[in-house]
Amino acid sequence: MQLAVWTYAGPPHVGAMRVATAMDKLHYVLHAPQGDTYADLLFTMIERRGHRPPVTYTTFEARDLGKDTAQLFQDAAHDAVARFDPQAIIVGASCTAELIQDDPGGLSEAMDLPCPAIALELPSYQRKENWGAAETFYQIVRNLADKAITPGPREGRAARANILGPTALGFRHRDDLVEIRKILDKLGVEVNLVAPLGATPHDITQIGNADFNIVLYPEIADEAARWLERTFKQPAVRTIPIGVSATNAFIVDVAELAGADPTPALGDTHSRLPWWSRSVDSTYLTGKRVFIFGDATHAVAAARIAHEELGFEVCGLGCYNREFARDVREAAKKYGVEPLITDDHLAVEQAIMEAAPEMVLGTQMERHIAKRLGMPCAVISAPVHVQDFPARHSPQMGYEGANVIFDTWVHPLVMGLEEHLLTMFREDFEFSDENGPSHHAAHAPRAPTLDAEVPEEPVIPHNPESIWTIEAERELKKIPFFVRGKARRNTEAFAADQGRPEIDIETLYDAKAHYAR
Amino acid sequence: MNAPATLPGCDAPQAKAARPVLRERGQREVFCGLTGIIWLHRKMQDAFFLVVGSRTCAHLLQSAAGVMIFAEPRFATAIMEERDLAGMVDCQDELDRVVGQLLDRRPDIKTLFLVGSCPSEVIKLDLAKAAERLGARHMPQVRILNYSGSGIETTFTQGEDACLAALVPEMPASPIDAPQELLIVGSLPDIVEDQFLRLFDQLGIDRVGCLPARNARDLPQVGPNTRYLLAQPFLADTAMALENRGAQRLDALFPFGAEGTTHWLKAAADAFGIDEMHFNAVIAPARERAKRAIQHSRKTLEGKRITFLPDSQLEIPLARFLATELDMEPVEIGTPYLHRDHCAQELDLIPPSARISEGQHVDKQLDRVRADKPDLTVCGLGLANPLEAEGLSTKWAIELVFSPIHGFDQAGDLAELFARPLRRRDVLEV
Repeated sequence: MQLAVWTYAGPPHVGAMRVATAMDKLHYVLHAPQGDTYADLLFTMIERRGHRPPVTYTTFEARDLGKDTAQLFQDAAHDAVARFDPQAIIVGASCTAELIQDDPGGLSEAMDLPCPAIALELPSYQRKENWGAAETFYQIVRNLADKAITPGPREGRAARANILGPTALGFRHRDDLVEIRKILDKLGVEVNLVAPLGATPHDITQIGNADFNIVLYPEIADEAARWLERTFKQPAVRTIPIGVSATNAFIVDVAELAGADPTPALGDTHSRLPWWSRSVDSTYLTGKRVFIFGDATHAVAAARIAHEELGFEVCGLGCYNREFARDVREAAKKYGVEPLITDDHLAVEQAIMEAAPEMVLGTQMERHIAKRLGMPCAVISAPVHVQDFPARHSPQMGYEGANVIFDTWVHPLVMGLEEHLLTMFREDFEFSDENGPSHHAAHAPRAPTLDAEVPEEPVIPHNPESIWTIEAERELKKIPFFVRGKARRNTEAFAADQGRPEIDIETLYDAKAHYAR
Repeated sequence: MNAPATLPGCDAPQAKAARPVLRERGQREVFCGLTGIIWLHRKMQDAFFLVVGSRTCAHLLQSAAGVMIFAEPRFATAIMEERDLAGMVDCQDELDRVVGQLLDRRPDIKTLFLVGSCPSEVIKLDLAKAAERLGARHMPQVRILNYSGSGIETTFTQGEDACLAALVPEMPASPIDAPQELLIVGSLPDIVEDQFLRLFDQLGIDRVGCLPARNARDLPQVGPNTRYLLAQPFLADTAMALENRGAQRLDALFPFGAEGTTHWLKAAADAFGIDEMHFNAVIAPARERAKRAIQHSRKTLEGKRITFLPDSQLEIPLARFLATELDMEPVEIGTPYLHRDHCAQELDLIPPSARISEGQHVDKQLDRVRADKPDLTVCGLGLANPLEAEGLSTKWAIELVFSPIHGFDQAGDLAELFARPLRRRDVLEV
């Protein structure tokens, strides 16, 4: 048993739902008890979908257990096919149904349904949401792909690609797809199929018609892409185009497989991150210490952008999906940090507190941690939240994605010139730094005692027998709020290290010199 | 198990003149009983809820509640893994380990509920035994109780019923010769509870207890001198457990709206021999206030047709309030379970034209909603946006569970909850 307060990922059948909900004319018959329908609201509320997910839950109760739950499954499957008329169904069990071992795959096979029924084996007590999505997508592709279909000779036609990986409830999948289509358009590459998002089972049968695959989200599409590589000899582009240089590399990779000229795509004049980052206002970004946590793909991409494109220092890097931990370990080595591979958010919180970063790049969980610790934060990865489905176009991939990332990561910080102004005027009563950065929505003066949610320095519980002298405390108050917590921690660590029993003004400045970079 | 496996409401003998009820089975678009933890852990601030279940249970609690605002909530899940199921480890040993880990982290916990889930029920993990064993180890610092919130046994609010029923045996026995006492049963927001306690005090009923108590270690006493009022219509098992301890239920409408609240208070006043003149004098100001507040929504709601999809068992009393105090027309009133006895007086006030349904076959029910085209459909979060996309106005049922809606001073807010989606529909021009 594992004690869990919050989880980063749902059970594997929720991953299967993300695939089913993304597709058209596919239906999921899920053997599950009452209550598992909660998962519908993820799609209708978080993503604001105007349709129910295409899922029929068998809804067995305690009193059914001694009787015929298998019949219940067959009735539900029969009714679902009659009512929704899908081109194919996927069938499986949620965690409870897995225990009663009714074998939905075998049961549906015996039913002689008018459409293909694809059986899913998703071990709920071993695996999680991403794995469930990957396995579901793989099974759909493997069962439906028409092996007789090949792209045929290349002469006299454009190259064709499949874009694999976008699902329902994906972190910015909708908008990433727009950017990828733009790039392929500039390269003259035709899109044979996007899947799972928007694909029908019939579309999936035509998957062999492409010359190569683009694996946008390896957590979801890698398993299927490897099978396609073996079966259809379709090579795959695995570069994840998040950030400017990764987008460049992606364009070159696609152009090479397509036999196209990458120049027009590389010359996109909408790419603003490089100049924004070189602009002098961004000087203050230099060496900002960032802690990064998310799914492996987004975390690794974020670390690269942070390090190479914004000049931050990566002070922590980790992911919650063990299946892809290797990528994170390699990246962590590159940035000289200890990789954090865990799905225990309390361990992540501990690591963030220890690293004392100036900004956190994480999931919604880290956003809450950062909020509690009073640290700036930007969200880079699933698990998703209603805020991760903005009304406006807001991709992560391609050059526009890099533009979005620049804004998203830089805005939570106190901006360059303002940092100086705060330092200059911090003693001006009308320019109190307690107000926070001026461009933030909630910059009006607030009564700290009323806002228990965001205590100013909650990181270390205040010791009533403080070793700080009153003068040193007063001096600390003169340091702008956005570095004050760090200054306090550093000074205390320094004092402990030096065996100083008391922190006076001298200790404060000794520590400042010690940590100067 | 502290809670019986079946619910008496389903099998209650039907009165001769009972109105017809459409009973359906099929896919149910409702939460399981675990969801009650969301409000129960806020109500009982010294209690912690440990679900013994799967990753799905943990995901449900986090998704349904959207409660990530709390640093560390007073609930968690002991997620069963492959090795627990394959018999590689003893589940009871594992549970001891996890509980030990939890109590080390949270020494402030005074009552720990082990909450059964679908998987723990299916593998017949004996949580009663675990609670007894762990209780012996951790009392008196921590009292350990158990109940089931599993979806195979409980629907949404029945989780609270199972939890409160588990508390009843822990209530101290009142002395045989104790004077008559009043017990309010069902968790209410503190502000509402305080309003009721003030009213009872003004009426002259001074011996009043609440179940659940704000402090789970501070339970009121119970005995043959206890008269109890149900504040919620979903407490079948709790009521039975209280009757087993000798308590007697005061039959009343549930305290929604000016009339419902008056009737509910009156039932207590009559049982405690309060003079009618005094009763009227005490409640008149609040009752008038409630009526005035309700009037604000009358124009929007009057004559409008409303359908409730099954959710919390609050459907029947709420439909009664809307029909009798706002002249709305209930088209279909769906409820997961209908407790005919507890809701008898409510049912008498439901217009005969309304279709009452129990249980759910969601696809068939949505077909009826599309055919009926009500002005407002009260439904769960999984259905609201899809129905809105079809052009039907909806009200999230969960708000009725999470918001203070009982009593005189919330009657206006309750009406407003139904009026707002309609006003919004009229105001939007996009």
